[in-house]
Amino acid sequence: MSAGAAEPLLAVRGIAAYYGAIQALSGIDLEVREGEIVTLIGANGAGKSTLLMTICGNPRGRGGRIVFDGRDITALPTHAIARLGIAHVPEGRRIFPHMTVMENLQIGAVCAAEQDFEGDLDYVFALFPILDERRHQRGGTLSGGEQQMLAIGRALMSRPRLLLLDEPSLGLAPLVVRHIFEVIAEINAERDMTVFLVEQNAYRALGLADRAYVMANGEIRMEGTGEELLADADIRAAYLEGGHG
Amino acid sequence: MTTVDLGDRFGGDGVQWGAILKDAGMAALVALVLTLLLFGVRLSDGGGGGLQFRPWWVVIAVASVFAGRGAVALWIGTRKPASAAALPWFDRALARLSQHKRLLFAGFFLAVAILPLLPVADRRMVDLATLVMIYVMLGWGLNIVVGLAGLLDLGYVAFYAVGAYSYTLLAIHFDLSFWACLPLAGAIAALFGVLLGFPVLRLRGDYLAIVTLGFGEMVRIILINWSDLTGGSEGITGIAVPTFFGLRFTPTPAAGETAFHQFFAIPFAGIHKLIFLYYIILVLALLTHLFSERMRGLPLGRAWEALREDEIASRSLGLNPVLVKLSAFGIGAMFAGFAGSFFATRQGFINPSSFTFIESAIILAIVVLGGMGSQVGVICAAMVLILLPELARDFAEFRMLLFGGAMVAIMVWRPRGLLAHRVPSVRLGPEPPGARRGGPP
Repeated sequence: MSAGAAEPLLAVRGIAAYYGAIQALSGIDLEVREGEIVTLIGANGAGKSTLLMTICGNPRGRGGRIVFDGRDITALPTHAIARLGIAHVPEGRRIFPHMTVMENLQIGAVCAAEQDFEGDLDYVFALFPILDERRHQRGGTLSGGEQQMLAIGRALMSRPRLLLLDEPSLGLAPLVVRHIFEVIAEINAERDMTVFLVEQNAYRALGLADRAYVMANGEIRMEGTGEELLADADIRAAYLEGGHG
Repeated sequence: MTTVDLGDRFGGDGVQWGAILKDAGMAALVALVLTLLLFGVRLSDGGGGGLQFRPWWVVIAVASVFAGRGAVALWIGTRKPASAAALPWFDRALARLSQHKRLLFAGFFLAVAILPLLPVADRRMVDLATLVMIYVMLGWGLNIVVGLAGLLDLGYVAFYAVGAYSYTLLAIHFDLSFWACLPLAGAIAALFGVLLGFPVLRLRGDYLAIVTLGFGEMVRIILINWSDLTGGSEGITGIAVPTFFGLRFTPTPAAGETAFHQFFAIPFAGIHKLIFLYYIILVLALLTHLFSERMRGLPLGRAWEALREDEIASRSLGLNPVLVKLSAFGIGAMFAGFAGSFFATRQGFINPSSFTFIESAIILAIVVLGGMGSQVGVICAAMVLILLPELARDFAEFRMLLFGGAMVAIMVWRPRGLLAHRVPSVRLGPEPPGARRGGPP
């Protein structure tokens, strides 16, 4: 943890978001401190992905403020927010299917300094050796797990200060999910990377998290440390029964 | 037409003659409706408006459609399913050829470079080669917008027109030479590209295509109606041919001036000018090619491709879609502007009818039929689409039929374009920083 313990890296204060006339988020308050892994869990349609996208400026947050590293980013366009150091690994991975693994990673590094490229590439390949093997393969021909690794690797190439991960376990085999979560923990521990993780796989996500928020119907319903929420009877009933997947 | 997949009707081993007859009958009926008036009735040549009936023409047409459709149905019914479209042998041949890529490219380039100097090269040949080269250049330019950036532009001819008129007006009113006007015309066209790009930033796909189509027509109609500046539909004549380092191509140089043929002490020949123009467009086209190949390895070119693949992901990686799209529109337009300047100087005369929608359509067809984003594909498609109608002039009114047939054939057998294969940019550019440890498998 660095000096910014008093001032959170990301602070969302009273933010609402709309899709046209439909309100998707209301009165969201949360913060992510430097070096933390913060998890957001909730049912389908609770607004988790919308919240991540709102942090990235699309749709635009209304009625409150989003502050990143002391700077109000509520009104900034998506690409400007990304350049400030927020890397979003969107739902469904969204890698560039016709471009090779290398090209995907190069685009990830588009905002980073050129002299960092080689070192960052080595780091990503060390995290995901399979990407090194497949570096000349097209993104679209990778398996789901490899695509997820590529999406995370691509985000890391931009040297973010905050990594937003939207359901990295979606549609992946349990073994692959475990690997991905191990890597997330590793990035956090070794690079002191701040991670904000949205997950359906609540059991694993809460086990990984320093703190967590629970979302339902576009609002934050509960917050606490990972262990607190894992022990909570309501949470267990709503999100954890039926599997330690 | 009956477009039902005939293959479904041939379950088992036996050929279902009933189905075939029915299908051929339906096709013949359609042919009957179509040809009854088109072939069957004709105005008499003698004047007076009398009608001449030609029932045999209709009978022949209907019979041949019946037989043809029946034969097709029979063929589809009896062939092996594996022999479907896509021509695997073509792909194999391509793969084998691409092993000798450098050699092939060098050979082709050499052939193109010495083409006008060969003894067989006559005026018509050089002129045709120049025409093809213009379209190759336009195809490469549009390839930046459509193939790389993925912005479907149906009004590309507008920038071609802007380039042609900018060059002409600058040359005539300010008495500037071709070489001075060329960059200016390119810059003006690029400016137009950016200006027209602004309102369509939010559009994509079909909507973008419709609006750009509208822009193309707007530019043409403005050129027709702003007759004070552009000469209206009569156009502008007397556009000077570029000089060869100050030497003019003329049999009768003005007093105190040395013409090209005098300087080199050779007899005057009209083909010198054509050869000179050919080399100009060759250099311009090569510039376009080198530029777009180079761009693909640079961050901006890569950003174009990323935006084409996934705009949302690109934005979340920090790419500014406004700048990326406008740069693609602007740079694509710039090359159209260069080509337009060249067109104007080659023709010596321009009017708005050279810049109709069909030009945009042909350029786009060159890009699509060549295989989106393929540089070599553009050359092949330009040769097919430009040479074919020209060489088929002997067939008079059937040449457009041939042209249409060729396009259909390409789409049937090569549905993704002649050379549909995206070459990764990493291997083309300088060695990527990561490539040092062990190459690809």
